[in-house]
Amino acid sequence: MRRTFLGAAVFSVAISVAIIVSLIGEAGSFLDKIDFSQFFADGWFPRRGRFQVMALIAHSAIITGVAVVLAVPLGIGSAIYLSEYARSGTRRLLKPALEVLAGVPSVVLGVFALNFITPQLVKRMFSTAETSNLLAAGLGVGILIVPLVASISEDAMRAVPDSLRQAAYGLGAKPWHVSLRVVVPAALSGIVAAIILAVSRAIGETMVVALAAGNAGILSVNPLEGGITLTGAIAALAIGSDQVAGDNAAFQSLFFIGLLLFVMTFVLNIISERVVRRYRQRY
Amino acid sequence: MTTRTVPTTPDLVRAALAGRRFNLVDSLLAGALLLSLLSSLLVLITLLADTVRTALPVFADRGMDFVTSSLSADPAKAGVLQGILGSLALTGFVLMIGFPLGVSAAIYLEEYATDNGFTRFITANVRNLAGVPSVVYGILGLALFVNLLGGLTNGRTVVSGGLTLTVLVLPIMIITTSEALRAVPGTVREASFGVGATKWETIRHHVLPIALPTILTGTVLTVARAFGESAPLLLAGALVTNFFQPSADASVVQLITDERYTALPLVVFNWARQPQEEFVQLTAAAVVVLLVLLLSVNATTILLRDRFEMKALR
Amino acid sequence: MTSRMPAQHLSETVDPQSSDSVDPDAGILVARDLTVHYGSFPAIKDVSMAVQPNQITALIGPSGCGKSTMLRCFNRMNDLIESAAVTGRLTYHGVDLYSPEVDPVQVRRHIGMVFQKPNPFPKSIYANIAFGAKIAGIKTGLDQLVEESLTKAALWEEVKDKLHESANALSGGQQQRLCIARAIATSPDVVLMDEPASALDPIATLRIEELMTELKREYTIIVVTHNMQQAARVSDRTAFFNVSVSDDGHRTGRLVEFDDTTTIFTNPREKSTEDYITGRFG
Repeated sequence: MRRTFLGAAVFSVAISVAIIVSLIGEAGSFLDKIDFSQFFADGWFPRRGRFQVMALIAHSAIITGVAVVLAVPLGIGSAIYLSEYARSGTRRLLKPALEVLAGVPSVVLGVFALNFITPQLVKRMFSTAETSNLLAAGLGVGILIVPLVASISEDAMRAVPDSLRQAAYGLGAKPWHVSLRVVVPAALSGIVAAIILAVSRAIGETMVVALAAGNAGILSVNPLEGGITLTGAIAALAIGSDQVAGDNAAFQSLFFIGLLLFVMTFVLNIISERVVRRYRQRY
Repeated sequence: MTTRTVPTTPDLVRAALAGRRFNLVDSLLAGALLLSLLSSLLVLITLLADTVRTALPVFADRGMDFVTSSLSADPAKAGVLQGILGSLALTGFVLMIGFPLGVSAAIYLEEYATDNGFTRFITANVRNLAGVPSVVYGILGLALFVNLLGGLTNGRTVVSGGLTLTVLVLPIMIITTSEALRAVPGTVREASFGVGATKWETIRHHVLPIALPTILTGTVLTVARAFGESAPLLLAGALVTNFFQPSADASVVQLITDERYTALPLVVFNWARQPQEEFVQLTAAAVVVLLVLLLSVNATTILLRDRFEMKALR
Repeated sequence: MTSRMPAQHLSETVDPQSSDSVDPDAGILVARDLTVHYGSFPAIKDVSMAVQPNQITALIGPSGCGKSTMLRCFNRMNDLIESAAVTGRLTYHGVDLYSPEVDPVQVRRHIGMVFQKPNPFPKSIYANIAFGAKIAGIKTGLDQLVEESLTKAALWEEVKDKLHESANALSGGQQQRLCIARAIATSPDVVLMDEPASALDPIATLRIEELMTELKREYTIIVVTHNMQQAARVSDRTAFFNVSVSDDGHRTGRLVEFDDTTTIFTNPREKSTEDYITGRFG
């Protein structure tokens, strides 16, 4: 019995190895074929042999930035409310709303970003916005990561011992002193970890950006214009991957971007784990 | 030294203790926090309302025909049947392979493994795998299941897609099952060992029954996640197309092992990218079908969990 | 240092030696038929007692007798429990603490609290002491306040070189003295202590007891304790609470006897008090 279970556990390591091997081989061939200077110029047009990875990274960064600016205050605000203010009845009523939102498939939010956020919000506020734009995609991704930020932050705040709240109230603190000056600082590392994880999720999110951000390969730092991201580039190549396959740079670039994403999110996840471990030891 | 002045006459004390019962900062903060929470609710309601409103004409005109029709380039005929079947087949793979594999790995990590470097490495590895973007799993699926093992999977088939999703959800499955097992008190195991049960008997008859409801809850969420997942399938061979037709005489097994496939989220994705106005409604209608199915996946598994819970209690 | 003139005129009018002759309405804190319900069940019922200024009043009794509930009425900490409801009358210098115009936040600034387990904030020693002043909007003289409070709590010499290090690095006994320093830094009139030494070793306990005796010159102290020797050692007056269990298992505490500590421990009026202090139950 033990062997069977061990085998299953080891399988998870095999997956990691497989991911890294499958990415590194082809990513290496890609780097062999292209000139490094291409990373910084001429846009992202893989079928025409132009690989400005910087454009992808810039677009991903803008979308992630918008998403985090939206999701961090909403997520942390929701968490403080649920952990410190909501009576148990209110909590039972409102928390499921976040859980349902967390369960909405990303492709559905992509459709929402494309067919609602862009025409009803972005274009109404900024008449110059393009139909595909980074802002709408960022907002869509932001909605997607609100529940993540909220649930991890709330866990961190609920882990703060009640004796600290009692101590503060005993000193004549008002509820806002207790939540903002005692609970939030004590839960800070958990909250920071939540933000880092949210950034990692935003960078890796694919369907929302594939639908709402468009496929423009020219580097643009204007959130009202469209632009292809790291994940968007993978999706675009994949949709055409019947034609693009085998031993050509366009196909292999897919693996290189995959490797980039893997490394970025891996590093972010490790950092967040370190931060969490530090706060767990504190009490 | 500072002077301590303590009011002692009733009037002074009354003045010192009086406070505004209405506290502006606290009311503002509580309001703002509640607002941030309600905004998520508002988004959810807007999303559902907008989708249903947009989708309504499709269901009004075509009713169940939309659900039972195949893909088509003609918006008046296009339906989501192939997407539904593909998604159900994919979910089947996740349940049949991912569930036993994930539970087994968790049982090893929680019940058998000693706390050494190797165990910690596997645990850390699982946690990191859970954070890898799903689209990267798609690349793995493309390289491994579609290309390298193409001889076994026949390339771009449900088998490749199902295996890709299985690998994607495995870490989540392991983590939720581990947590469920960890929540079973150690006294249960001691009691079982105390009457001479073996390790496996203890797990089988005492630990698993107690942990099962929680494990199944985790499974619901995981299956739901797989059902709505789309990015990895783009790479693992699912079709993003307005039309495909498996050969008419293909058996059910052949449909799975030999033919091309798509999934409901990818039908949504494909239609959302069509330029024609009619497809906006179709997209919304497909989203409604997707959400309804997700809801019923959740509901069935919760029902299932409750039945197990009753059994465990008996 | 200016000496404070506490409300001694209230208590000097009566003979403090005999409880029977004490005017039940004279004292810094006076409870009249105080009842606390958690949900629909009373946790303490009809408690009447008067706490005298600059004394240590001990609340003793078996577990579940409501002594902590009683303590938490004095600074309205029970308000924080959703289901708690307080009826009866509780006055502080003659002012009803539960009247609608009284702000519980202000009450807690006058009537401070020290808890059973040391609960320093995960901040620096300095930030812990200055917390009460900062939330009260005081921004100047914090250095002096920190030194003064730590000195009064007999902790200054031990921590003066590490004021900006985390309070969590202190030992349990030091943490509890820090919590006392934090409580008196808000210049309270009364300090409530909920089993302040129960989580500490005997030596640290002794230091806390010495500190309490020091502090009563300036503050009125009410202490809940499980430890009868402690009550006998430090307190001037002792209130014995007992518990009755209803048919459906709900525990209700009542004040059995309240008198000078020496009387309680040498010549109690009630049989149950004697049984408790001689260790026959509890």
